[in-house]
Amino acid sequence: MSRIVAWMTTCFLVLPILIVIPVSFTPKRYLSMPEGEWSLRHYEVLISGGWLSSIGDSLLVAICSALLALAMGTLFAVGHWRLNNGVTRNLRLLLLLPMIVPPIVHAVAFYQAWSILDLLDTYFGLILVHTMKALPFVVLSVTASLVNLDPRLEQASRSLGASARQTLFYILLPQVRPGMLAGGIFAFITSWDEIIVAIFITSRAVYTLPKRIWDGLFDNVDPAIAALGTIMIILTAIGLLIKDRYEKAQKT
Amino acid sequence: MQGEAGIASRSSPLGKDTAYWGMVLLPAVFLATLYLVPVISVMVRSVTEPTLGLDNYAVILENKAIRNVLGKTVYICAVTTALTLLFGYATAYAMCRMPEREQRLMFFLVILSFWISVLIRTFAWIAVLQPQGLLNDILIGIGIIDRPLRLVRNDLGVIIGMVHYMLPYAILPLFANMKTIDPTLVPAARALGASPRKAFMTVFLPLSLPGLAGASILVLIFSSGFYITPALLGGGKVVMIAEYISVQMSETLKWGLATSLATVLMLVVLALTIAMSRYMDIGDTGKKT
Repeated sequence: MSRIVAWMTTCFLVLPILIVIPVSFTPKRYLSMPEGEWSLRHYEVLISGGWLSSIGDSLLVAICSALLALAMGTLFAVGHWRLNNGVTRNLRLLLLLPMIVPPIVHAVAFYQAWSILDLLDTYFGLILVHTMKALPFVVLSVTASLVNLDPRLEQASRSLGASARQTLFYILLPQVRPGMLAGGIFAFITSWDEIIVAIFITSRAVYTLPKRIWDGLFDNVDPAIAALGTIMIILTAIGLLIKDRYEKAQKT
Repeated sequence: MQGEAGIASRSSPLGKDTAYWGMVLLPAVFLATLYLVPVISVMVRSVTEPTLGLDNYAVILENKAIRNVLGKTVYICAVTTALTLLFGYATAYAMCRMPEREQRLMFFLVILSFWISVLIRTFAWIAVLQPQGLLNDILIGIGIIDRPLRLVRNDLGVIIGMVHYMLPYAILPLFANMKTIDPTLVPAARALGASPRKAFMTVFLPLSLPGLAGASILVLIFSSGFYITPALLGGGKVVMIAEYISVQMSETLKWGLATSLATVLMLVVLALTIAMSRYMDIGDTGKKT
């Protein structure tokens, strides 16, 4: 019985998303189904319209913020793992805060702050915000991969004369590579999909993909979004399948 | 094991911990300056603008329009959470008992929907629910109805969109939690004579309650601050707190109101998070005993 409900729920989850596929082939300019006539015009718009530049903006911001978050988040996770005292535990709560606070509150906070610092509508300003939002994911992910690491490895390394920096790079980082990879991906996706803060702190100079989609959803629901959605569904499905194969291969 | 590391660092001459303190403090200072200061200044501004004092909060309590927005938010969040947990629990429960291939397929589909951006998903719902959308076309085509059903720009559309977004956030933690429940307990209860219903109610359900509580609070937290889906599917007719705040910021420029509402939302979410941390591990893996 619960199995039926489960499959109904799963269909509810997946089928509506799949509607973007036929919609993307509509010959008309507005959101509609292709009744007999199929057209690639909306895919062409993706290439010729401003969509490519938005994809570029989003890529730039996502890669930069992911790298920054990865660097700082990993450093914190390792330091906290090693020291693990009252101070670092409280600091960890600070590091997790951007994940807990609702995004609209971030929008208010950074709109205010960035207008004072003259960072509105700048790549740097957006990268800073996305880095902060991504940090908790990196910290959690790297911490998870440190849980089973024997602290005596670190002590042994230090006692054999390695500096903290050498220990970090040669002993610890290789161990946390899976955590860093997962954290890095999460950080990238967090920035790539981020919309709420982008709505308020960017306008013309920085025009990320989510912002362009958002604008497209308000004026006249543009079927080019359906084309974009179709591509994203395919890429996500491929990405998940690759991850599945990778994990299966790891197990053997 | 952690105690050993602490002792070793204090008494041994093996390198000071300064390097590690540096690692910890760099991100902390980064966040303290660029994150905490802006967020706290939101709270500060709520009591300093337009005048010093708690006027903004008094307005929130007295103004009818704002009370309507808050009431609508609570109502929609409550319904969304209830529906999400109802179907999410059933799904996770079924997944636990499925054969492995079926479980993997369902898991893949749930995760696929989870990774699709909220904008694409909301777009899909607009395409399905709007008056000239897929659902109405099908229903009219079959002849069940004559005129399109009103499925967007109302509570129903918003709830559908929100439940759709929240389901993976419920299913995934619930599934992870249910997997830790000993699978021999329910069969043991059956063997001792309990009916399937009794075995579930007295054995499985109580064991899954912490996971259920944690997932409910998580969904509640995400729902209360949700902006995108309610704004798009609500069409201006259904306004929740996040959209209301955004209007104060971009149109009416009532910063006192915007910051005070943001503060209220933030404090509510923080309280819920503390409640949730009693049921769910927010990754505090370092403290496990």
